[in-house]
Amino acid sequence: MLQEGHFAVTAEIGPPRSCNTEFVRRKGSLVQGYADAFNVTDNQTAIARMSSIAAAAILQQEGLEPVVQMTCRDRNRIGLQSDILGAAALGLTNILCLTGDHQSFGNHPEAKNVFDLDSIQLIHTARMMRDEGRFICGDEIKVRPQLFIGCVANPFADPFPFRVVRLKKKIEAGAQFVQTQCVLEMDRFRRFMEMVCAEGLHEKTAILAGVMPIKSARMARYMQKNVAGMMVSDQLCERLEKAEDVPKEAINIVVEQINQIREIPGVRGIHIMAVAWEEMVPEIVRRAGLYPRP
Amino acid sequence: MIIGELKPLNEIAAKVQGYKRILVAGCGGCVTVCQTGGAAQAETLARLLALTLDEPKTTVEWISPTRQCEWEFIEPLREQVQNFDVVLSIACGVGVQAVAELLAGFPVLPGLNTTFMGMPVQPGQFEERCQACGDCILDLTAGICPVARCSKSLLNGPCGGSQNGKCEISPDTPCAWQLIYERLELMGKLENLEKLVLPRDWSRSRDGGPRRMVREDLSLDDEE
Repeated sequence: MLQEGHFAVTAEIGPPRSCNTEFVRRKGSLVQGYADAFNVTDNQTAIARMSSIAAAAILQQEGLEPVVQMTCRDRNRIGLQSDILGAAALGLTNILCLTGDHQSFGNHPEAKNVFDLDSIQLIHTARMMRDEGRFICGDEIKVRPQLFIGCVANPFADPFPFRVVRLKKKIEAGAQFVQTQCVLEMDRFRRFMEMVCAEGLHEKTAILAGVMPIKSARMARYMQKNVAGMMVSDQLCERLEKAEDVPKEAINIVVEQINQIREIPGVRGIHIMAVAWEEMVPEIVRRAGLYPRP
Repeated sequence: MIIGELKPLNEIAAKVQGYKRILVAGCGGCVTVCQTGGAAQAETLARLLALTLDEPKTTVEWISPTRQCEWEFIEPLREQVQNFDVVLSIACGVGVQAVAELLAGFPVLPGLNTTFMGMPVQPGQFEERCQACGDCILDLTAGICPVARCSKSLLNGPCGGSQNGKCEISPDTPCAWQLIYERLELMGKLENLEKLVLPRDWSRSRDGGPRRMVREDLSLDDEE
């Protein structure tokens, strides 16, 4: 999709807090056909859920193209390399490498964390396993995992100038695609992309801008004030506050954002994070004029 | 220095429940400096325990050796515990273990939680600084340790949870990488952050198992 130069669409599917296979299938069927690939989150916000590899395997059986998210919080290098091999053995070759939210956010704040590797080192490891057929220790991998390696970038975190440096390091480590934190403050994202393009990074990797429909004004304000690493513009909050039909306005906003993002040089696609609102993905994609998918 | 915090009095009281003769042992080392486990705290704790414990005829006394983590300073305890049933040590975990080893078999209970290696950054405020990872990289990080001070011990710069100088875990926690960034900028060495830092060797940290150091030059000959 990306190689052919199409404007890519990816979406996100969160596994259940149980072993409910049907739940995964149902979520998949809601969005099937409306995106080119579907990220399967890895115990997001540090809440124990069905593993991303297992949920991705179920979605794959249903004909969806999954992207397995892998965080460094819960597994050391032995576990991570093992899971990369396991995922690849199941044909799950798209992996997205993240550091992972701190466990204090989740439902097991008493847990020990790992962070043996960081996200950049995980990207580097995956690339080495694929290209050099080697584990971190140097041992040979006879059948190499054929991976498509992704990373995330957060243009809204600080220090702002470092955000481009960090992306550069991720690309150098081996990231072939990038999904950004959701863009809820367009000016900052534009400035970020200018810096990215000035460094020529958009030519070395495929950058997908994150978007998120926000269900309520209260949620928007909450995210604006309390969620680390997010920026939500006042304008967006006010629009939701004034709206008569809030869900409808939320979708209007996302569609407008997607249209604006498509005009920003260097962006090759969007990543829709409709957290707990997956059923809206088809409407968003249709109204943004991105349906049917090529 | 090692920082420690006294356990809550009710928790300590529950631990010593049933003992009639209690010796509270302070330590003249680190925990004296952070004023949680020194002589003054041992005396206060002894008095509070005597008032708290409802057992009649409970005696609580206190001592405070120079340091609990060296044999020479705790050797006198062998004699001193003769008239007691239990030692309640308010040294760090090293001191508690040293005393327990010296008095092998005699009950030695911890009255203090050893919290971290750090320093008083201002009067009454202590912060963690080192995690004894066994492979110091402070030269690369402008003298600020990401292993101890980044919530995720990251090595390649601040994660996406760093905002307004704070760590994602709490608005009260400074982002160590923001501090490193600012100091490197001050030193004109921001390029340090552009280098890819590869997976590190954690075997010299606690992950490699309990550690020891042998100094042949300080070891005693058999004859001595």
